[in-house]
Amino acid sequence: MAELTYRDAVTRGIAQEMARDPDVVFLGEDVAKAGGVFKTTVGLLEQFGPLRVRDTPISEQAILGAAMGAAMTGLKPIAEIMFSDFFAVCFDYIANEIPKSRYMSNGQLKCPLVVRTGNGAGSRFGAQHSQSVENWAMMIPGLKVVAPSNPRDVIGLLAAAVRDPDPVIFFEHKSLYATKGEVPDGEIVDELGTASIVRSGRDATILALALMVPRALAAAERLKSEHGIDCEVVDVRSLVPLDTQTILGSLARTHRLFTVEENPRLCGWGAEIVSIAADEAFYDLDGPPVRITTPHLPLPAADILEDMVLPTVDRIVDRVRRSLSA
Amino acid sequence: MTKGLGHAQPAIALDPRNDDIGETMRLTMYRMQVEIRESEQRAYDLFLQNLVKGTSHLSLGQEAVAVGFAAAMKPGDLSFCTYRGHAHTLARGVPIEKVLGELMQRDNGLMRGKGGSMHLTSVEHGVMGSYAIVGAHLPIACGAAWRAQYKGAKDVSVCFFGDGTTNIGAFHEALNFASVWKLPVIFVCENNLYMEYTPISEVTAVEHPAADRAASYGLERIVIDGQDADAVYRAATAAYEKARAGGGPSLIECMTYRYSGHSRADPAKYRPEGELDAWKKRDPIKIYRERLIQFGIAETVIAKIEADVKRRVDEATEKCKAAPPPSLDILTTDVYADGGWAWRN
Repeated sequence: MAELTYRDAVTRGIAQEMARDPDVVFLGEDVAKAGGVFKTTVGLLEQFGPLRVRDTPISEQAILGAAMGAAMTGLKPIAEIMFSDFFAVCFDYIANEIPKSRYMSNGQLKCPLVVRTGNGAGSRFGAQHSQSVENWAMMIPGLKVVAPSNPRDVIGLLAAAVRDPDPVIFFEHKSLYATKGEVPDGEIVDELGTASIVRSGRDATILALALMVPRALAAAERLKSEHGIDCEVVDVRSLVPLDTQTILGSLARTHRLFTVEENPRLCGWGAEIVSIAADEAFYDLDGPPVRITTPHLPLPAADILEDMVLPTVDRIVDRVRRSLSA
Repeated sequence: MTKGLGHAQPAIALDPRNDDIGETMRLTMYRMQVEIRESEQRAYDLFLQNLVKGTSHLSLGQEAVAVGFAAAMKPGDLSFCTYRGHAHTLARGVPIEKVLGELMQRDNGLMRGKGGSMHLTSVEHGVMGSYAIVGAHLPIACGAAWRAQYKGAKDVSVCFFGDGTTNIGAFHEALNFASVWKLPVIFVCENNLYMEYTPISEVTAVEHPAADRAASYGLERIVIDGQDADAVYRAATAAYEKARAGGGPSLIECMTYRYSGHSRADPAKYRPEGELDAWKKRDPIKIYRERLIQFGIAETVIAKIEADVKRRVDEATEKCKAAPPPSLDILTTDVYADGGWAWRN
């Protein structure tokens, strides 16, 4: 067991899979010699050499297209898109090409690749380098979508993503890179499609993803100590496949549902889960489900403004407390 | 003939045994051009009978490009095609029935009706998909070529696209990427003079939309006669040899012409009077038929090829007409690798 940053966990996860399988290759902008703009890939070039760890031009379409062509013909590429906001310039591959080739070809084509990307706010980068766009990927049939909240999950879910025969969009949260967590020694392989109950509780279920998980946990501690409200916190981890059994199982015990989402409000992942709960677990609910999200705004750059819009511990505590006392 | 005269035709002895292409290959290329022509003409007829549904984009008039390249390929080489991809698919030896079946949305189609005319794919024949978003497949072909380079395999990826593609970003990203990484990939621009409905010359800063950009990516400027399968075959062979030898990518602009509109919805009324007729005088099949005669191949041999192709197209048509529509149980198959579509537990 060692303490590792989320950033170093990314490096270790990639290295673990590249060491295991020579067909795993890695490409992206500034990932090789520079070690990544977020320093998530330092040392990989030295360890695995220039044939497997490759710098690309600033050509996001070429990066994802090349990853797709390599995956179709036998490699297991990991492609980095530096900021998830840049999905917008290569969205053809994310929306039209990578997820649909298997279906359109009636199963002839395969596309086992991983797209890693820096997602989320907190760095004061403004509206084009701070978004949480996991819903952009979640809405597309044929993709799998994961977003780890801690170093152990980074390694385990990355390994699962690389070994998965389907394309996986892997959202790393930029504001988690410096956070630390305990990580076991040796190989770590997790399972896609599994949510994780990170705090047990009786009074309410709080669903959270990525950066919102530590905030939901902190809120749960305060709700317990200051208000006597005992919350269960579920780290959703995987949006596709979605672990509805764990989510609805928790709801069946607590009878109240909250989502904490960093994305702007419309069509956030929580909306889909609330819709599932309304459809399948309506009579388990003792009150209306509540979505705690960023308002439907572009993200502002200034710290004081950005902090106003992201869900905070205070806001989570306040919304849960008011809902349960209503 | 003196070497070094760029405008001169290469010396061809009118003896099949001495020709660099040879009789067997020539007969194959002729048969394939006729097969593509007849199959696409049949597709058009079937559309008029409402038996081909959806859209279709025909290559009538452009057959020599598909055939010249396919003939220069080796087994294992990979083709990446566009929505105008029937010709390139047939040229790799995919059965006519499979292609027409897909156009007719029948269960015997290449993808059992799940892809349609614009997405013809036959991995067993090296047809790694037909792509309907302009430019998308150029980077994808780079990826397949990267795999060959990384694995030390000798296969080459070829990517066909129209002149309109040269003005989309993915074209430029792919050309630069392939050149920097020195990938074994061949980019083939079929310049048929129209992007869709608009003349390419009206929307492009240079005369030759592909070739005049080659220098930007450190590549040779290559423009060839796309109506002459032999010229295509020779250019293709040189590009394949270069790629296999580790010489990196090639960009080849083939001058050609499509007889029909952009898609079935387009009557092509924007073309100037006489343009179509002028190009039909340089019809690739007419040119090639005359070439065969020139090489001393008997008229009866040629006529037999033509009759044989017509018979096979007729047989394929009848099989497709008799084939059932796709069974509904394929609706939710092959979204994910487990064969199904489950996105939740």
